[in-house]
Amino acid sequence: MVNVDSLVGRNSLHRKVQRSLRIQKLRALGLIAPLFIFILISFVIPIGDMLFRSIENQLVSEVLPRTTEYLKSEQINEGWEPPDELFWHLYIDLAIATEVKLHTRVGSRLNYEKTGISSLFRKTGRSIKKFGADDYSKALSEQMPELASIDYWELLSQGTSEKYGYTRDTYNTWKKNLIANDHWSEKTKPSDFLFVVLANDIKSQEIDSSLDASREEKLLPVISELPEIGFKERFLDTDEDWAEPDVWDTIQLYSPSFTNGYYLNSVDFKKGSDGPKIRPENERLYVLIFSRTLFMSVTITLVCLLLGYPVAYFLANLPLKYANLFLILVLLPFWTSLLVRTSAWKVLLQNEGVINDILVATGLISNLERLELINNQTGTIIAMSHILLPFMILPLFSVMKTIHPSYVRAAKSLGATPWTAFRRVYFPQSIPGIGAGSILVFILSIGYYITPELVGGTTGTFISNRIAYHISSSLNWGLGAALGSILLAVVLALYWVYDRMVGIDNVKLG
Amino acid sequence: MNDKDNGFVVFSGVQKSYDGKILVVKDLNLSIAKGEFLTMLGPSGSGKTTCLLMLAGFETATQGEILLDGKPINNIPPHKREIGMVFQNYALFPHMTVAENLTFPLQVRSMSKSDQEKKVNHVLDMVQMSEFGNRRPGQLSGGQQQRIALARALVFEPELVLMDEPLGALDKQLREHMQFEIKHLHERLGVTVVYVTHDQTEALTMSDRVAVFNDGIIQQLDAPDKLYEAPDNSFVAQFIGENNTLEGTIESFEGDYVNVRLDNDQVISALAVNVREVGEKTLISIRPERVETEAERCPENAQKIIGEVLEFIYMGDVFRTRIRVGNNDEFIVKSRNSPSQQRLQPGQMVTLGCLNKDCRALDHQITSKEVLS
Repeated sequence: MVNVDSLVGRNSLHRKVQRSLRIQKLRALGLIAPLFIFILISFVIPIGDMLFRSIENQLVSEVLPRTTEYLKSEQINEGWEPPDELFWHLYIDLAIATEVKLHTRVGSRLNYEKTGISSLFRKTGRSIKKFGADDYSKALSEQMPELASIDYWELLSQGTSEKYGYTRDTYNTWKKNLIANDHWSEKTKPSDFLFVVLANDIKSQEIDSSLDASREEKLLPVISELPEIGFKERFLDTDEDWAEPDVWDTIQLYSPSFTNGYYLNSVDFKKGSDGPKIRPENERLYVLIFSRTLFMSVTITLVCLLLGYPVAYFLANLPLKYANLFLILVLLPFWTSLLVRTSAWKVLLQNEGVINDILVATGLISNLERLELINNQTGTIIAMSHILLPFMILPLFSVMKTIHPSYVRAAKSLGATPWTAFRRVYFPQSIPGIGAGSILVFILSIGYYITPELVGGTTGTFISNRIAYHISSSLNWGLGAALGSILLAVVLALYWVYDRMVGIDNVKLG
Repeated sequence: MNDKDNGFVVFSGVQKSYDGKILVVKDLNLSIAKGEFLTMLGPSGSGKTTCLLMLAGFETATQGEILLDGKPINNIPPHKREIGMVFQNYALFPHMTVAENLTFPLQVRSMSKSDQEKKVNHVLDMVQMSEFGNRRPGQLSGGQQQRIALARALVFEPELVLMDEPLGALDKQLREHMQFEIKHLHERLGVTVVYVTHDQTEALTMSDRVAVFNDGIIQQLDAPDKLYEAPDNSFVAQFIGENNTLEGTIESFEGDYVNVRLDNDQVISALAVNVREVGEKTLISIRPERVETEAERCPENAQKIIGEVLEFIYMGDVFRTRIRVGNNDEFIVKSRNSPSQQRLQPGQMVTLGCLNKDCRALDHQITSKEVLS
């Protein structure tokens, strides 16, 4: 039946099929594209950004490039004393940073690692103008008026002379920073500290008469008359914390662009020059909160299972029309705002609340021994179990509905007592529902925020509350990101364990 | 029934209502002998499954008594009744292997490990499934699952086994094969079997006796050949096998026979089975294979019925000829495909012959097609 035409046309047929398949694929892609783009922009990219933030640490070396470069080769220990040269570099770095207010950001960043550094930087930032640089600028400008103009500095920075390398470098950094922070304009005057740098460059070299030495000749006499600025003394006068090896140690530790410091902090370790060390007992926090989060999530999951299993069993064995009615009752809480439900629990559980009042009124407890039901773990567990219960009941119900009554009947007809029939025949078949419900409730609760925030007090809060604190109050996003990443890793690890033990294929959500 | 004392299973005046208004089972009296294979046959909703569930203990009788081996079992919970049961969907426990399924009834009886093993192996042999002990039910075909379900109901050696449409989910060929297997097992083991089905062929092939249910009442309880050849009422006649009905009015009685005037004014003689008086409306039941279309094939004393051929269907081994007799357009004649058998043409008038003892005058109750199917 094969004719010549069809043989000739085979190639074009192949192409036609390919094209129609490609169109189909493109159409399918087009259908999922909006959601895909939405998820990419609102989910994947932010998560990637957060993960990046948990190790990113470029601020310190960006703002204090000279200081961190110098510190690289320093061995800081107990008896170490910061050398004079270090303060010279710090002076230039901070002088530049202060003009664009970056010193406060570095201060806050380092303050996460060592408290006090933030105020140290602020204080220093305020007084750095008074270190005596203005004397230099005045004297040098008088001698050589063109120095007061930015154009002269521009020319200087374009030169190639090795003699002014440091000045040129400093000027360029300064200018770059001003431009980057929108402080640069036509009218910008050269800053005072630039004159100190220039004077330093001139002073530290032999006068080479073969070159155009007019500048040096003019300026050197003035410079030699000016008092030398003792930067170390000035810094120490501002705050004697600058003599502390700890401060320098912190700056050195957080010099690299990437750090594991946030992660170490997240597990109560402290980054040190001789490797990570566990924090002293009174400073440990996160391991406790992590383990508390796990413990409470497990407890809530168990409570939900214990409360939900009988309900789901009852629903699954009702005739369909009643089952739907009761299912609506189960879903009813979803129609109320989460905030309202949680607040309702506050009304019920507080010390002068409904439950305590009833218990006192019925004489079960005396007025003096009212139960502490809120602002602690009990409160969180009660409120969250209530809120997450439907997530347990629904998968259980949908699995139980598929267990045909004939299984239990068969077990009974084979001689099993009702309890044995349940234990050996019904219960094993409901395990996929238990798995689905448990994993759902557990994963939801491990990252829960609102309810523990409102009813958890101090002992009933979750790691998510801590993360929220770092994101919105302490603004230590890096630590928040590290805590979040650890939480994500814990959930994934548990998911993996769960998959190995129960098998994720056995999970039925509906 | 009068043999209340010697029946192995006895239903005595049993009634069942689910909602307090409608009786699903109305006054059931039934006695099943030990070792008997009894089938409850009927359309869906006829009450047969309810009867089985009451016997198994999953439903309680609203009224009346059920006796097992002479003891009333109304108040005995299902797991103490020692009745094996095979379910329509097999109800093999999906989370257990075949062997574990079979061990289950032995475990709950705290039988020793070695005995358990022996019995399981024996029963697996019996259903020819020895190699499948480690499989899960989901890995078995429908027929294999069926055998395991059967084996599980038999492994603890109950004296009574109930089967609730056990072959309903199998395809036709497998179903026929399994029918014989179940029948042979029954013969070999001598257990009493109560079998529920809506498939009349199944009922006829397998059973010692068949109870035909309709509307909560046993319409007829008889051996298969009796049911087919001598139905007591028009429901049974129409439900069991293929049946032709002719409507008519009774003209006169003549011993065991009645003369019936059909609606085309023809008068034929029929065996008086379920008729009482002259002038009463009646349905005459005639099996399609008891009618001849050719005069020379008729017995000598056959009576003649005139009809018009509407359709001739060639079915290989048999011919089916659809004939209009009176108002009935659906009068079927089945003739064996023998060399001399004439092939009738539509439109042709034909004289049908049949014996008057094959015509049974029954009650005038027309059963709708839906109930029958």
